Amino acid sequence: MAVLTFKTDKCKGCGLCVDACPKGVLALATDKINKKGHHPVEAVNPEACIACAFCATMCPDCIIKVER
Amino acid sequence: MVVFDKPHALADVPMHYCPGCTHGIVHRLVAEVIDELGIEGKTIGIAPVGCSVMAYDYFNCDMIEAAHGRAPAVATGVKRSDPNNIVFTYQGDGDLASIGMAETVHSAARNENITVIFINNAIYGMTGGQMAPTSLPGQVTQTSPYGRDVNACGFPIKVCEMLSQLDGPEYLERVAVNNVKNVKNAKKAIKKAFENQVNNKGFSLVEVVSSCPTNWGLTPKKALEWIDEKMIPYYPLGVYKDRSAE
Repeated sequence: MAVLTFKTDKCKGCGLCVDACPKGVLALATDKINKKGHHPVEAVNPEACIACAFCATMCPDCIIKVER
Repeated sequence: MVVFDKPHALADVPMHYCPGCTHGIVHRLVAEVIDELGIEGKTIGIAPVGCSVMAYDYFNCDMIEAAHGRAPAVATGVKRSDPNNIVFTYQGDGDLASIGMAETVHSAARNENITVIFINNAIYGMTGGQMAPTSLPGQVTQTSPYGRDVNACGFPIKVCEMLSQLDGPEYLERVAVNNVKNVKNAKKAIKKAFENQVNNKGFSLVEVVSSCPTNWGLTPKKALEWIDEKMIPYYPLGVYKDRSAE
């Protein structure tokens, strides 16, 4: 099973990973605010993840670690 | 099994770039290439002036900060003083195509054995969104509020096309980082640019068509779409010179 780890406090909430994900795994957490004051990304549908790492490929801040 | 993790050559610090700025993606690609070629210990990067002025904080290799536009000149000195070093410059369009045009053209003409990463986002980012030499015709910026008027301001400079007319440079390619496929192609181009230097082939420049969501006045997602709709038709992607392949 794929495991996604986020460095949440470095996330700037740009949402490029959310758009890149082909399986709709990710969303911005509109009910949370991180240290930088952004809504960070979170995995809302983690069991659908296929570990393609498209999210991490598009993340400008390199906050996503993908394991399988 | 780890499918994806931060490359070692990229420092684990928060970057100052705006949300959705593709500088971070290109930083990571350069760091991945440094890792894959195993050259972190002998790589020296030259940081520019512009948004990426603090790139020296983001790479774990040695870095030098050059005066505005002079990164290829500094890189020339570093490379010639010890050719065993792998020397790359990381420059934006205001740095490379505006104030630093002379250094760029002459280091290309001399076929200096350096690697140049050129970020083209068609605007001056750090100073607040003024018109750059690469701004598109009709593009609205802080200093062209009615759109770039080519009769008054001239036409954008296409750096890859221009340098490809010189006999000097070894390798020129334009890539983009607006989707997963283009990012993977950009990685290949950057890797080739570094390999050329390792193999003593000469001047390699990779132009990366990038986004500036803040100064374009678009969301990060819309900015990537704008690259597809406006930037790439004016700046076609592809290899403009590859002397080894000719």
